[in-house]
Amino acid sequence: MQKGYFGQYGGQYIPETLRPALIELEEVYGDLKGKSSFKKELKDLLSNYCGRPTPLYYAERLTEELGGARIYLKREDLNHTGAHKINNTVGQILLAKKMNKKRIIAETGAGQHGVATATAAARFGLECDIFMGTEDMERQALNVYKMRMLGARVIPVESGNCTLKDATNEAIRDWVASVENTHYIIGSVVGPHPYPEIVRDFQKIIGEETRSQFLKIENTLPDYLVACVGGGSNAIGLFYPFIKDNNVQMIGVEAGGKGLNTDQHAASLARGRVGVLHGSKSYLLQNEDGQVTPAHSISAGLDYPGVGPEHSYLKETARAEYKSVTDKQAAAAMQKLCETEGIIPALESAHALAYVEKIAPRLSNDIKIVINLSGRGDKDVNSLKKVTREVNR
Amino acid sequence: MNAVKQVFHENKKILIPYICGGYPDLKTTIEIIKTLDNNKAGIIEVGIPFSDPLADGPVIQSAGQNALQKGVNLAQLISVLEKVTSDIKAPIVLMGYYNNIYQYGRDKFINDIKEAGIKGVIIPDLPWEEDPGFFQNLKKNNLAGILLAALNTPLSRIKFLGKKSTGFLYCVSLMGVTGDKKGPDRRTSDFIEQVKKNTSLPLGLGFGIDSPQKAHQVSKDVQGIIIGSAFIDIINQYTGDQKTMLNKIGCFTESIVNILDQ
Repeated sequence: MQKGYFGQYGGQYIPETLRPALIELEEVYGDLKGKSSFKKELKDLLSNYCGRPTPLYYAERLTEELGGARIYLKREDLNHTGAHKINNTVGQILLAKKMNKKRIIAETGAGQHGVATATAAARFGLECDIFMGTEDMERQALNVYKMRMLGARVIPVESGNCTLKDATNEAIRDWVASVENTHYIIGSVVGPHPYPEIVRDFQKIIGEETRSQFLKIENTLPDYLVACVGGGSNAIGLFYPFIKDNNVQMIGVEAGGKGLNTDQHAASLARGRVGVLHGSKSYLLQNEDGQVTPAHSISAGLDYPGVGPEHSYLKETARAEYKSVTDKQAAAAMQKLCETEGIIPALESAHALAYVEKIAPRLSNDIKIVINLSGRGDKDVNSLKKVTREVNR
Repeated sequence: MNAVKQVFHENKKILIPYICGGYPDLKTTIEIIKTLDNNKAGIIEVGIPFSDPLADGPVIQSAGQNALQKGVNLAQLISVLEKVTSDIKAPIVLMGYYNNIYQYGRDKFINDIKEAGIKGVIIPDLPWEEDPGFFQNLKKNNLAGILLAALNTPLSRIKFLGKKSTGFLYCVSLMGVTGDKKGPDRRTSDFIEQVKKNTSLPLGLGFGIDSPQKAHQVSKDVQGIIIGSAFIDIINQYTGDQKTMLNKIGCFTESIVNILDQ
């Protein structure tokens, strides 16, 4: 495979100004990743600061309620800062330190990556600016407050749809101007090479833990892995260590918004075409002229018109399947998990839950499913209230 | 030799204005191009409006969004430009982002711009390595594939860009996006000196140059000065009054051309 590509997807479609920084990042990461001192430092942070390993939990009542396959939850919501995002930010902050960068920037949609970045920056005493669309600042007000408490500046982005895509544009523009002293911590497996690879490597701990935990409990591998896909970092993190286990089916669940037959969704893999945005070639929601079209999802973290290039490759090679669920189905699944298991999941993760609710009842009870519960849902309570009102109206 | 490089043979420093295609509308774009040409602009850069122009600052972003809202697309832009290319002296080059060209069809794009009399293209988010076939095809068709070099571009890369770029080498005078008032950067003259030593191509310098004074200051060692956002600012001020707009654009063009002549 061509360097920086997954099949035909990926690459480095960036202004020349960013090129030296990406080369430096690739070199520094390549140099560090095999070093035992780096691995030890990262492991210490993940264990003692983030709280890893996260549990693999058998969801007994949800399994009974659905009456089919056995359902396990990988509890990434129990990480420090409440989502899988911290796995990547503590990793990248170590790279930033190594590169002597004084300032960190990041984009955020749901605010989980913003909070995780602000947290890592605070822990290592680096200046931190987070770009966030004004629409997302409203629906994720709690996370805005948290980022500010953690000492980050939250920079409101008012261009385009005022969501994650626009925040990413602004972060890239900032980086073009500040690249000599600033590291950009991209929050998902998107962006130019080497980001999709680096973020995947920092997230693959989810799948590695799942694999050994599952083997210990069930003495076999799971039949299905299910995770939500916006950019796709939690999904690739779960999938990657199982890619060669061909009996393990991998299903990514995209945000179907108001339905795939409307133009209000974020299902880039299902409804997009191959294009170039934010530095890489991948599936993209766009019109026939190649203008990127706005995505829609109830969940700010999935509200993105692109998707990581490795997911495009897994789709093309049919190693993973990609499905979608609607806003309403996700909201209902969030509620159901609260009631059956006493766990409030993030709306993002609720997409994976909603899809499993569809398939689990049809499967026999010797089939085992692992869902990546990528984040906790406190941040979504307000959005959910709004949807519940709309549904009841 | 392609028409873009030819312009630099007259041994004069030239002005390369950038305007956004379809802003404020396609008809006015044509009038603006004629005005720029009448006032001796050397090369005219016409921007292809894109939804996510990440190398552009707010001024060019909003001009592009405005054009998109009016439904302007690349096919329309090419066919409108075709009507003017034979009437003007300055070659037209398109500046746009890769996704628009990729969706249009890379070969069809080259074919259609050539037929329309457009002489080259600048794609800020397409490094040569990501699509060598496209750049080779441009060259084969005698069209300029103009690459960019930045202040932080290392020497070996400058040499590479100097070999691969055709027409001229676009030197970026600041760390940042277009229209940044803080430009050009203090390091610009050292940078240009370095570039000059390592390529035989004519050099164009742009980003953050918005006045005759700034143009004069930085033009010593380059053959072309690229000005974009400052032109869009003039268009913004006079959108309701085309006659005054064209008049102001003409005056501004003339003032830069004169100062570059000195």
